[in-house]
This record gives sequence, structure tokens and C-alpha cells, in this order.
Amino acid sequence: MSTIKLTVNGKAVSADVEDRTLLVHLLRETLNLTGTHVGCDTSQCGACVVHIDGKAVKSCTVLAGQAAGSNVTTIEGISKGDELHPMQAAFRDNHGLQCGYCTPGMIMSAIDIVHRYGGKLDEETVRHELEGNICRCTGYHNIVKSVLDAAGRMKVSQAAE
Amino acid sequence: MGVEGIGASVVRKEDRRFTTGKGRYVDDIKLQGMTHAHFIRSPHAHAKVKGIDSSAAMKMPGVVGVLTGQQIVDDKVGNLICGWAITSKDGSPMKMGAWPAMAPETVRFVGQAVAVVIAETKNQAKDAAEAVVVTYEELPVVADIRSAIKPGAPQLHPEAPGNVIYDWAIGDESAVKDAFGKAANVVTLELTNNRLVPNAMEPRAAIAEYEEAEEHYTLYTTSQNPHVARLVLSAFYNIAPEHKLRVIAPDVGGGFGSKIYIYPEEMVALWASKKVGRPVKWTGDRTEAFLTDAHGRDHISKAEMAFDKDNKILGLRVKTHANLGAYMSLFSSSVPTYLYATLLSGQYNIPAIYAEVMTVYTNTTPVDAYRGAGRPEASYLVERLMETAARQLKVDPAELRRKNFITQFPHQTPVIMAYDIGDFGASLDASMKAIDYAGFPARKAKAKAEGKLRGIGVSCYIEACGIAPSKAVGSLGAGVGLWESAEIRVNPVGTIEVLTGSHSHGQGHETTFAQLISERLGVPISQVQIVHGDTDKVQFGMGTYGSRSLAVGGTAIIKAMEKVEAKAKKIAAHQLEASENDIVIENGEFKVTGTDKSIALPMVALAAYTAHNLPDGMEPGLKETAFYDPTNFTFPAGTYICEIEVDPATGKTSFVDFVAADDFGRLINPMIVEGQVHGGLAQGIGQALLEHAIYDANGQPITASFMDYTMPRADDLPSFKLSHTPTLCPGNPLGVKGCGEAGAIGSSAAVINAITDAIGHNKLEMPATPDRVWHAIHG
Ligand code: FES
Ligand code: FES
Repeated sequence: MSTIKLTVNGKAVSADVEDRTLLVHLLRETLNLTGTHVGCDTSQCGACVVHIDGKAVKSCTVLAGQAAGSNVTTIEGISKGDELHPMQAAFRDNHGLQCGYCTPGMIMSAIDIVHRYGGKLDEETVRHELEGNICRCTGYHNIVKSVLDAAGRMKVSQAAE
Repeated sequence: MGVEGIGASVVRKEDRRFTTGKGRYVDDIKLQGMTHAHFIRSPHAHAKVKGIDSSAAMKMPGVVGVLTGQQIVDDKVGNLICGWAITSKDGSPMKMGAWPAMAPETVRFVGQAVAVVIAETKNQAKDAAEAVVVTYEELPVVADIRSAIKPGAPQLHPEAPGNVIYDWAIGDESAVKDAFGKAANVVTLELTNNRLVPNAMEPRAAIAEYEEAEEHYTLYTTSQNPHVARLVLSAFYNIAPEHKLRVIAPDVGGGFGSKIYIYPEEMVALWASKKVGRPVKWTGDRTEAFLTDAHGRDHISKAEMAFDKDNKILGLRVKTHANLGAYMSLFSSSVPTYLYATLLSGQYNIPAIYAEVMTVYTNTTPVDAYRGAGRPEASYLVERLMETAARQLKVDPAELRRKNFITQFPHQTPVIMAYDIGDFGASLDASMKAIDYAGFPARKAKAKAEGKLRGIGVSCYIEACGIAPSKAVGSLGAGVGLWESAEIRVNPVGTIEVLTGSHSHGQGHETTFAQLISERLGVPISQVQIVHGDTDKVQFGMGTYGSRSLAVGGTAIIKAMEKVEAKAKKIAAHQLEASENDIVIENGEFKVTGTDKSIALPMVALAAYTAHNLPDGMEPGLKETAFYDPTNFTFPAGTYICEIEVDPATGKTSFVDFVAADDFGRLINPMIVEGQVHGGLAQGIGQALLEHAIYDANGQPITASFMDYTMPRADDLPSFKLSHTPTLCPGNPLGVKGCGEAGAIGSSAAVINAITDAIGHNKLEMPATPDRVWHAIHG
């Protein structure tokens, strides 16, 4: 057992966990942040993606201890009160989700993609970059549309800030 | 239509919770005092269980108990059953082998559970499972259809000699013989429909709680049909009587058929929760999903089609072998029979059809309905056969199809189905136009000049949905009726709750069903709450599969609405001192026609509940229920065309274009409908190019993780061009047909037809991986 201190969605958190605890289990089981999902046991599906210090990471592939001292953002931490993050809004408006299970991971990956490419995203790049996220429901058509739409919205909202 | 009524692409009500991480899936739920289950599963495909030693495990930290298959048998928990009786050609009933929830004596597939560890934490349960020693004596294995039916093959079940479950036939054998006798041309094709794993992204999970004082169980489970789960758990598995068992299916992360069935894990969780006196949670991991979720497809078939000298079809003869795995899953028997062979007429006028289907046991995971269930297999066979015929007869594939289209409705096929309506030419035309079919030869020539092989493939599918008229399916062996129920509660303040027996696990019912109410009553969808997935709340239901939720469940809602409206009009008329016949409903107001007198819905509702001034003899309240049993199946149909390019150097297939024209009848929310098509297309394309569940000769699964089983990813797929060519279904008041499975049913043939067109010959099986395509080109 170790005591781990980190920041999750802007709040300082301290938790006692077994050394083998994965970050995703710390989030889901200890912190009750169940928006981060588990879809596989081989780090293939991306349902568990969160941001660690601003970068998209599969939280099933990181020990909770490795995240000590870092800044973790989950799907629960990206909207501003009632106002959805532009990526969340774009997924809703473009029907980029069906069962919703892959959605938190998709959204967290997609935000990172937009951050990395800025406004220079095209369909091919989005499809290639989403390689680490599996969705069984949507056929990706509307997910790609959502990410491209959000890329535009995020540019606008950044410009406005 | 109103802005949120029928035909409006309104954004989904459910998406706020899903996009903010506030969905509530089974694994998100924690109960007070909850324990965790971990199953001990057989590493062998066929073996005798000689002994289970749990003494060391029992001493491990946190262990609450280790329970075995013998205990569940001793406690008289029922065996798992298949609920659809199929009769063989010779009149004998299907041969169902016994399937206990955990194996006491014999395991018949890798992953079958023999025992379960219950512990305080998941990790403790897993650790203790490592310490349980199970002794097996291995038995010889049959891992595929061909080895199952070889003379002298090892036997799986004493009940099923020769591993044959049934040998069934449909159609008129002698009429087909006559047709082939008259034929100018006969086209023959042998093909395999590859085994698939559904892989909903949320793994199955269950939480069971037993309350001793009430002798009452609650089960939270990942189910597409919680009421059916309760019925089966109660009536067949002796877990608890229905009034002592509540089944809740909260948010469910995709199903695709795999969450229809009642699996051993839910049964064990319920049984164990009483045994250990604590709530028990089990959440499957992905490997367990590969090993234990019912798989799909797995057919081998031989098909022959007879044509006259004008290229009109005279007859079709099909012989199919289907692998049902080691045990008969809940609806497995119906999939390769009544959901498959009844669709072999496709969109075509075929005067005579005869199909024989033999199903077999193998030492593999049980196989049952997966998105489309039998209909993708039928569509793939018919559409590859049509393409093969066109090439052999040297005619354009689209025109050969058009020449043989059914154009008069209703149309009775030789294999039970009575198609009610359709316009197959319209969807073919729309797709050909969308892909510029006429311009293809020029594009092919250009690609050739660049060293690439281009192909175009057509697939005209039809499916039977809106499952199903209870009397009809009952006469065919179904153990249940397939109606749906709905209840509408108009609350005293005018908000509305709709309780439905359908279950949404991605389909967006919370939005689409609310649109039906908005259309009728003019209320905003924010005033409407759809309640589903809880047997304590919803009176009954048959659940969601077979693209039935709108055609059957939606119609039940309309029927209940009609009753609500009739009563509300009486109240309004009474309040307004007008005749009931003069009341019309517009934008949430009950108006007296030709006057300016009106009363708003909330006032009518309030009057219904205050009951101060109701018509004489009227009961208070404004709440109605309806059960709806359809009179026929619905028949969604359409044409998919895809254009691909193969790189002969690598065998890799890339999409140039994929177009779809579907006839789903009336669309309630076109945005949601198109999403359903996209997802279905991805699964059909996945089958055609990527997905394959493989076992080795020892019955060991080779593809039991996402590392080995290729799921379609974003860069494997194109964007799709969709269009709609609706004819309104005459069988239900909404005119709807269902859209959930079409994409998966129609797309795989289009892809393979395109690739075989590109490579110039027909010897190619799914999945058409680069390796297979390269060998198909280069030998
Ligand atoms: S759960 Fe992390 S990649 Fe699948
Ligand atoms: S929306 Fe269901 S897995 Fe993506």
C-alpha cells in the first residue's frame, strides 16, 4: 500500500492504494469518477483515456503511483459548469455517440488531437489519430465529423479567450 | 411535424449524460457490502473435471467463498435452455445437450466456468482463483463444422448423436428439382460465413443482491431485454419467482445481440448472493467477452441458382451447415433457420426455393444472434450468388438484379415471408446514381493505368424486422410471444412519462420515443421522460433486438397514446362544454374546432387528477397501457454499392466510395437512423475485411483479445454516403420498418463483390485480409 497524492480535475486528492492499482481503478473505484471506462485488458480500446498533464493517456496502462504528483483530467472535468466543452457539444450535435461507452475516451483523445494539430486537421488525419480508440456503434462516421466540427469550435473559442 | 416531432433530427436527450461521463452502467454501481466474483474457467476445449481443490484458496485474504458447478446442480438451479424448438426433416425434435451454469463434470469449450471465487475485492478474488486447483482429464476435440460431422468424430453431448442438433429443411424440394431440370444456366457457389465476436464495448456485468427478509432478489445486468431475463431466470432456472426478482438494465454499452441472452454469470451471481448473504458483483474483462459472449455467424454453404434463357431466376437450392458451438444459446436454433432461410428469396422473384440446414455442436463458444442474425448470412449468400451469376451470364450485375426484382406487392415468397411493400428499383437507382455507376469503367481503366485494381460491388438486401407476430413465431417453435408493451402516464402537471418494454443501449429511444409524443401532443421533448430497463417500473416487455423497437415498441406507445388522447378529449370536451367529436389536439392544446375555445394539456391532466369535475362515471387519472402484437414482419430493404481499389503489391483494399440507399419506411429521427446505418455498415465491412474468430484444431481460441481479433478502426473505414427511398410500411400506424441491422446485413456482400470484381475471379472468402487478397491475385 502507498499513499498517492495527485490533482484530479483541479482538486488535490490523496489516496491509499495497493501498489498494483492502475490509474483507471483509482479513478473509478476510489474516486468514484466512473466516466472513465474500461473496454479491454490489452490497452487497445481507448475507453479509458484521460489527460495527464494535458496529454491523452490510456489510464489502464498507467499505475496509479506513476501518476503521483501529476495533474489528471477526466471526462468529468472538462465542462465549465453547465457549459459543455466544445468537443462534448460537437459530439452531441453531430451524433458522435450511440451507447456512450467509448465516448469519454474518444472525447479525451479528440481534444488532445485538436490541441496537437490546431486547425490543420483533415478527415484522414483524424481517422489515423483515432487509431487507439475503438467504437463498435457509430462506424466512426459521425465521430470524425464531430472532431472536425470541434476543431473549428475550439479555434474560435481559443481566439475569443 | 413540430420542430421536435416526427422527421426532425433533434439532438439526443441522453447525450448530456453520456458526454459528461455521467452515464450509469452496471460496473459504475456499488452496493453496500458488495463482494466480487471471479470465475475459474476451463483452459481446455473438452475435458472431464476430475476434482476442484479450493482449500488453499479459502485461506487467502478476503475470500468469502469458493462455489462449484456441483453445488449449483445440487441446489437445483436449472440448466440453460434454448427457447426456440426446431424440428428436423424426419420429424424429430432438436437435440439439446445439458448446460449447467458451471460445469460439474464436463467442460466443452475454453472459458466455460467450473467454479467461482467470491471475495471482498476483485483483486482478492483473482488472487485466490490462482490458488484453486482444478484437475482435468482432456477429451478429444471437434473444433469446426467439418470435423464435427465426420464419421467417428468425438461426441460432445450424449443427447446429440453425431453432434447433430437438427437437420432441417424449408421449401419445396421437388419444385426446385423441376426448376433445375428446365434451366438454361445453373450458377453454383460455395461459401463460408466467418465466425464473429460481437464485442460491444461495454463488457457484460452483473450485480446481484438478495434481501433475506423479503426473499427478494435484485439483478443489475447488461441486458437488452430485462423482462425476458426475469422470465427465463424465474420460469426455467428456478432462481426466484418473478414477483421476487427485479431485473434492472441501466445504461448498457452496446449489445448487437450479445446481451439478449441470459448467461451463466448472471445466474451464478444471483445464486451466490443468497449463498454468501452479500451482494455479488461480476464484471467481465475483454478476454472473458471473447470466450463467453455468444459469437455470431459461422456457416458453410453451397448454393445453386437456376436461370432460364432470358436470365430469369427459376429456382434456388441451398445447403447450409451452421456451427452452434458447445451449447445451445437462448435463441441459437432460430438464427440459421427462421431468421436465415426465410430470407433466401432476397429481393427477387424466385418461384421455387429449397434450403436444408444442419446445425452441429463443436467445442467452441456458443453461437447465437449477432446484429442481423441469419439475415446477413442469407443476404451475403444471395448477393454473392447474383454477382457470380451476372459474371457467368455476362450481363451487368445491376441489370440482372433489376430484371429479377419483385415489383408487385404483397408478394408471397416460397419461404414463408409475405413482403408487404417495397420499391427495390428506387434504391438501386439511387445508389447507382450516387456512385456514378455508369462512369465506373472509365475509372477502372484509369486505375489500371496507375497499377491499381478497381472493383465495384452491388448488394441488394432485404430483411425481416419488426420481430414479430406472436402467433406466427409460436407456430414456428418460439417459446415466447414477441409483442411489446407501453404505458403512458400524463402527470397532474402535464409532464409525461412513457414506460416501454424496449431497451435502449445506443439506439436513442429516449429521444425518438419522446418525438412520437411531441408529434401527437405538441409538447416539447424535454417534458417527456422515457422509462425503460427496470422490471419494477415497466409492466412488461420483450426488449430490443431484430430492429423491433420502433415498429413494435413504438406502435405500442402509439396505441397507448390513442387511449390517453381519447380520455383527454372527453375531459376537455366536458370542461369546455363541447362535443367530444369537435375536440382537436394542436400544439399541446385541446381545441373546439371552429371556435377559439381551448384548454391546455396540463389543465386537462390536472382535471383528471383533481377529479372535481369529470364526466359522470369517468375514473380519475390520465394513464393508459397498451400491448401491441404486430400482424406481419416489416421488410426494410435497400441497395449498397461500394467501389474499392486493391493494391496488387500488398493485397490491401482501400475504399473509394461507399453508398447506401435504404427503405426504412418513415423516419422519425433521420440523424439517429443514419447513425444506425453507419454502425451497421462498419460491422458488415468489418466482417468482410477484418474480423474472424479463429480456433485451432484443439479448440483453443486464437483470437481472444483486441490484439488478435481485428476490430474496425476509424482508418479502416470510409465516410458513407446515405440516401433514403422510403415506402411506408402498411403494417403499423407509423409506417416504420426498422433500421438497426440493415447496414450489417447488406454491406459485406457489396465489399466482397467489389474485391472479386477487382481481382477478376470469385475465389475469395471473408475476411478478405491483405494476405488473402494477395494470394487470390498471385496464387
Ligand atoms: S481499457 Fe484502456 S485501452 Fe482498453
Ligand atoms: S458509442 Fe458505443 S462504442 Fe462508441
